[in-house]
Amino acid sequence: MNPPPAAGTRTRWGALIDWIDARFPMTQFMKDHATEYYAPKNFNFWYYFGSLALFVLVIQIISGIFLTMNYKPSAQDAFASVEYIMRDVEWGWLIRYIHSTGASAFFIVVYLHMFRGLLYGSYKNPRELIWLFGMLIYLCLMAEAFFGYLLPWGNMSYWGAQVIVSLFGAIPYVGESLVEWIRGDYYISDITLNRFFALHVIALPLALVFLVIAHIFALHEVGSNNPDGVEIKKLKGSDGHPLDGIPFHPYYTVKDLVGVIIFLMVFCAVIFFSPEMGGYFLEHANFDPANPLQTPEHIAPVWYFTPFYAILRAVPNKLLGVSLMGLAVVSFFFLPWLDRAKVKSIRYRGWLYKAFLCSFAVSFVALGYLGLQPATPGYTNAARVFAIIYFMFFLLMPWYTRADRVSQVPERVTYHAH
Amino acid sequence: MTEAEKVDNSRRHFLLVATTVTGIAGAAMTAVPFLASWKPSARAQALGAPVEVDISKIEPGAMIKVEWRGQAIFLVHRTPAMLATLATLNDRLRDPGSEQSEQPAYAKNETRAVNPEFLVAVGVCTHLGCAPMNRFAPKDPELGADWPGGFYCPCHGSKFDLAGRVFKDVPAPLNLRIPPYRFINDGRVLIGADTGAV
Repeated sequence: MNPPPAAGTRTRWGALIDWIDARFPMTQFMKDHATEYYAPKNFNFWYYFGSLALFVLVIQIISGIFLTMNYKPSAQDAFASVEYIMRDVEWGWLIRYIHSTGASAFFIVVYLHMFRGLLYGSYKNPRELIWLFGMLIYLCLMAEAFFGYLLPWGNMSYWGAQVIVSLFGAIPYVGESLVEWIRGDYYISDITLNRFFALHVIALPLALVFLVIAHIFALHEVGSNNPDGVEIKKLKGSDGHPLDGIPFHPYYTVKDLVGVIIFLMVFCAVIFFSPEMGGYFLEHANFDPANPLQTPEHIAPVWYFTPFYAILRAVPNKLLGVSLMGLAVVSFFFLPWLDRAKVKSIRYRGWLYKAFLCSFAVSFVALGYLGLQPATPGYTNAARVFAIIYFMFFLLMPWYTRADRVSQVPERVTYHAH
Repeated sequence: MTEAEKVDNSRRHFLLVATTVTGIAGAAMTAVPFLASWKPSARAQALGAPVEVDISKIEPGAMIKVEWRGQAIFLVHRTPAMLATLATLNDRLRDPGSEQSEQPAYAKNETRAVNPEFLVAVGVCTHLGCAPMNRFAPKDPELGADWPGGFYCPCHGSKFDLAGRVFKDVPAPLNLRIPPYRFINDGRVLIGADTGAV
């Protein structure tokens, strides 16, 4: 704590700060997490997406709260209440588009954020727990998106929920009872809608907020990684601060603000000029009310789930398909222990890792595309090929990360003043 | 510090101020749609639209109630006898000239109406909001020998005369509110608007 100032020298504002600090660690918190939290000075483009993800979370919470003011969570009224918001509530259309676009934006930002982790080995020791919290956030985010998607009670909402919930029926012995328990009824009904509403509006957002706080706390405990994978805390100056570190505030608060502004430019272009994004952000089938007797012609999940959906469909066995789809997500949890390389960053790895990472990224995108297409034999075979490449990235990793040639990691980060 | 590292403080200050001002402007503009979404929606406005009432069938001395914007509106067809009592009551009333009470300009008169034959008033007691009952008969046994006829609120005993004006010594502070209204023709009244299309 600061020593008390000399008598008569404190301003009224300063006295207020002192009063608070004697009762709440405000100034200490600002120091530990902003003004004296040292982050590597060589952050690049890939380092924008963490703060952007937090920003999108805030956007979704605020727009979501305002939607909840007019939305009615009953099978009877839900669809009409969304149309009411779109047409009758002042600026309701904008609030709705912010929320629907924000959902897709969240996944774009989060996938890029995760990819940064793969590029620079951000999941490696001592940052495994940050990665695990992050993966839990990803799981909660997928659940949050899934529950939210039922709420408009459109036809795609209904059938998407029907398909995904029935996946749990593949589990042996408990499957059917589990599905009935999740639905709360014998079919996707008003009961299901109401409980998904509760989960989407408060349960999962609370979990997400706590996990994000844990994620950032774990990060600040160890300090951030960087594009060179150099541990900046190893070399400290006479002031005790890392030689290659700069205080998060003001350097990265300002830099992240630029990122936010550019993000908002793109975001606003979408919400004002193309919120449906050709049927990818707001599906055409969802402009029809839920009809239990008529499945949409072309059923697919929203784009951010399609890579996993493609894997599910590629497997001809129901239980195995569900298991492999689950494995596709769960594999990420094991990365810190699958990766046996002595270096963190792709900059100092050999061609093996680069080849596998590149094929993995291509497969992810290809599977995403295939998940949107109808399941023709040609597309299904292609999905099988890409699914195999996808899993090889994880399965062979203990081998190729150890066999790979690595180059010398520098003592200091590569940075050019500008 | 070397020459290259010297801080241009005035430039830094300008950038900080310019960015902050732009940011505040942006935040204010972003707040507008969210705050405006709390205004009555198009549906609420449609449901709160003016109501047409047929008053040609109301018997003299009788009252009907209609609903407008969730409130009870009293329409009373007053007899000449009822109207005659109004002038005699001034010193028993809290606000005989309707100086403090709420009514459109054309209802700020002794009969508190456009056409003295019909009273159009909001049926909400100005004390705490209950619906007053009609006690049009004079010398009502419960209300006393000098009761001229009017409205009686059962919640806390407030009394209003046949022009909706509040008596002294009762909890209600103001006369019954008069809503905006106009006569479409002799037999029809539009409640909720005094100008504009039907």
